[in-house]
Amino acid sequence: MITIKNLHASIDGKEILKGLNLEVKPGEVHAIMGPNGAGKSTLASVLAGREEYEITEGTVDFDGKDLLDLKTEDRAREGLFLAFQYPIEIPGVSNINFLRAALNEIREYRGEKPISAKDFLILVREKSAIVELDPKLASRSVNEGFSGGEKKRNEIFQMAMLNPKLAILDETDSGLDIDALRIVANGVNKLKSKDNATIVITHYQRLLDYIIPDFVHVLYDGKIVKTGTKELALDLEERGYDWIKEEMSL
Amino acid sequence: MSEIINAPVFKKVELILKNEFDGVLSEELKTKSSSILDGIQMPTTRTEAWKYTRLGKINNKKFSVRKGDVSDISSFIIAKDAYTLVFVNGFLNSTLSSGALPEGIVCTSINEGKTDSTFAKYIGKNLRLEEEVFNSLNTLNSTDGVFIHIGSKVILDKPLQVLHILSETNTIANLRNLIVCEKNSEAKIIQGYFSENATDSFTNVVTEVFVEENAHLTIDKIQYENDSCYQIATEQVQQEKNSTFTINTVTLNGAIVRNNLNIEVVGQNCLTNLNGTYLLKGNQHVDNHTIVDHKAPNCESHELYKGVVNDKSTAVFNGKVFVRKDAQKINAFQSNANVLLSDESTVNSKPELEIYADDVKCSHGSTTGQLDEEAVFYLRARGLSEKSARKLMIGAFVNDVLKKIENEEVKIFIFEILHQRFDWELSN
Repeated sequence: MITIKNLHASIDGKEILKGLNLEVKPGEVHAIMGPNGAGKSTLASVLAGREEYEITEGTVDFDGKDLLDLKTEDRAREGLFLAFQYPIEIPGVSNINFLRAALNEIREYRGEKPISAKDFLILVREKSAIVELDPKLASRSVNEGFSGGEKKRNEIFQMAMLNPKLAILDETDSGLDIDALRIVANGVNKLKSKDNATIVITHYQRLLDYIIPDFVHVLYDGKIVKTGTKELALDLEERGYDWIKEEMSL
Repeated sequence: MSEIINAPVFKKVELILKNEFDGVLSEELKTKSSSILDGIQMPTTRTEAWKYTRLGKINNKKFSVRKGDVSDISSFIIAKDAYTLVFVNGFLNSTLSSGALPEGIVCTSINEGKTDSTFAKYIGKNLRLEEEVFNSLNTLNSTDGVFIHIGSKVILDKPLQVLHILSETNTIANLRNLIVCEKNSEAKIIQGYFSENATDSFTNVVTEVFVEENAHLTIDKIQYENDSCYQIATEQVQQEKNSTFTINTVTLNGAIVRNNLNIEVVGQNCLTNLNGTYLLKGNQHVDNHTIVDHKAPNCESHELYKGVVNDKSTAVFNGKVFVRKDAQKINAFQSNANVLLSDESTVNSKPELEIYADDVKCSHGSTTGQLDEEAVFYLRARGLSEKSARKLMIGAFVNDVLKKIENEEVKIFIFEILHQRFDWELSN
C-alpha cells in the first residue's frame, strides 16, 4: 500500500528524517513509537503534504503513485487520511457541510457522481454512531468549542466518512481519558478491513492495548531503528528507549 | 523650524455643474445650507473624520443633476414580497414603483409628502449642517427621496423596499429620505443602491430616522453601484425609549463609499444593532463611520463589522461609542474584523470609546489578518481543493454578519451577488 524508501526531510534547514524506510501492506496495523523529537509527527506531516518540510531524498510510493508529487488534497483523494494531533477549530465552517463538499470533491476526482443529500445523511448517522459522536456535534462548526475528546472523536468520524485506504493517526491518544481512548480505538477497529491499513503514531503503549498492531517500529533520530511485534511496545513501556540506543550502539 | 508660508487657498465646494431643478426642501433649510456651503471647503485628510478617505476623486469632478431612465428593474428587485418604491438619479419613477399600502402607513416621495405636517415636523431636525459639506449639499439640492411614516401601533406586514438606481455619466443624485416610526409600530425597510450604465456618478444620500417609543425598525441596506461610482450615505437616527433599531449595511461595490451612521439614543431601555460587511476588490475604497451616542441609561448596543479586502482595495472602519455622564448601565459592544487577501490591500480600523458614566459595560475589538493557513491545510487534508477551502473560510467569516439579516430574500440576493462577483458559495 505504501512504501517509504530512504526518506530524508528537513525544516528550516534542519534534517529531521534521515533515511526512513517503511512498508505497509493492506490489512496491516503499524505502530510507530519513539522518544520526543525522533521525527514521528514530521513523518505524519510529510506524508500529508505539509509544505513547510523539504524532502531532500527518498521516495514514497502510495498504491503505485508517487505520493510526494501529489498536492495535499490529491493525497486525500487517493485515500490517505491524517488524523491530526491537534485538530484545528474553524469557526463558522460547518463540520457536515465541509465534509459533504470534501466527499464530493473526492468522488469527482475518482470520476464518481456526487452523493445525494439523503445518502449523505444516512452516512453521517451511521458513521457518527461508530465513535459515539452526538449528531448535533457533527453539524456544528468544525471542532469549535469541542472538548479534547470530542475533537479526537471528530477526527475518527471524518475518517469513517471518507473511508481512506491508509489512515495515519498522529498521537490520537494524547489528551484522552481512558473512556474516550476506548471509544476512539473501538472506532478505528470497526473501520479496519483487509483492504485498508493504519499507521498509529504514539508515545504510549496504552493505545496499543486497544488497537493491536501487527508491527511496532521504533523511530529514533529520523530513522526506524527497530521493528518488532506488539511485545516490543510493552518492552518500551517498561524499559524506555535507552536500551535500544545501547543495543543499536547509537 | 520654518513656518508654513503657503496658507491653503480657500476653495468653495463646487461639484455641481448643471442643475435645472429646484431643491425639494423648504426655503429656510436651503438658505441655511447654501450659506454654510459658501463658507466651507471639502474635507481633507487633515480633517479627523476624513483622515483615511481622500475625496480628491470626487472633488475634481463636475456632476450634473439629471433625470434618468431605467427600463427594466427586475435585476434590482431585492425582495419580491415587498412594497416597492423606485428612484432614478434622485427622482421618483412612479411607473416602476408598486403597490397600494395598508392603512396607517404613508410611503411616498418627498415631493408628494412635503406638505404633510409630520414631514415638516421632522425633516432636518437632527441633521447637522454646520461644517458638514455633504449634508448641506444634500439639503440644498435634494430632488426627492422617500417619506415613510408608520403610524402608531401599525405593524407593517411586508417590507418596504426603496431602490435607487444611478444612470449616465457624471450624474449627481442628492437623495433625501425621512423615516418616522411612531409609538408601538414595527417596520422593516430594504434600501438598495444600484447603477445602470452609470460612470463616474455620485449618490449623496441622507436618511433621517426617528424611532419613537417602543417602535422597532430594521433597515437592510445593500450598496451595489458600479466600481466607478461614488456614494456618501448618512443615516441620522434618533431612538426613543424602549425602541429597537437595527441596520445591516452590506457594501458590495463602488469606487468610494462612505457610510456615516449617527445614532442618538435618547430614551431608556433601547436596543441598537449595527451590522456591516464590505467585500472589496480592485481599487475600491469603503469607509464605515459609525457613532452610537448613548444619552440615556439602561441601553444596549451591539456593533459587528466584518470585511474582506482584496487586490488594491482599502477599507476604513471608525466606530465611536459615546456614553454620556448620566447614561448608567449601558452595555455597548463593538467589534471589527478584517481579512486581507492580498499584499496590496489596506485596512484602517479605529474603534473608539468615550465614556463619561461610571457604571457601564463596554468593549471593543479590532482584528486584521490573513486566513488561518493551518485551517486551510486541515480542510485540504480532507480532500478539499485549496480554492474550495479558502472560499469556505471566507464564506464563514462573512456569514457571521450576513446571518444577522433575517429576511431570507435579502440574504439570497446578497449570496447571488457574491457568487457572481467573487465565485463564493454562501448558504444559510
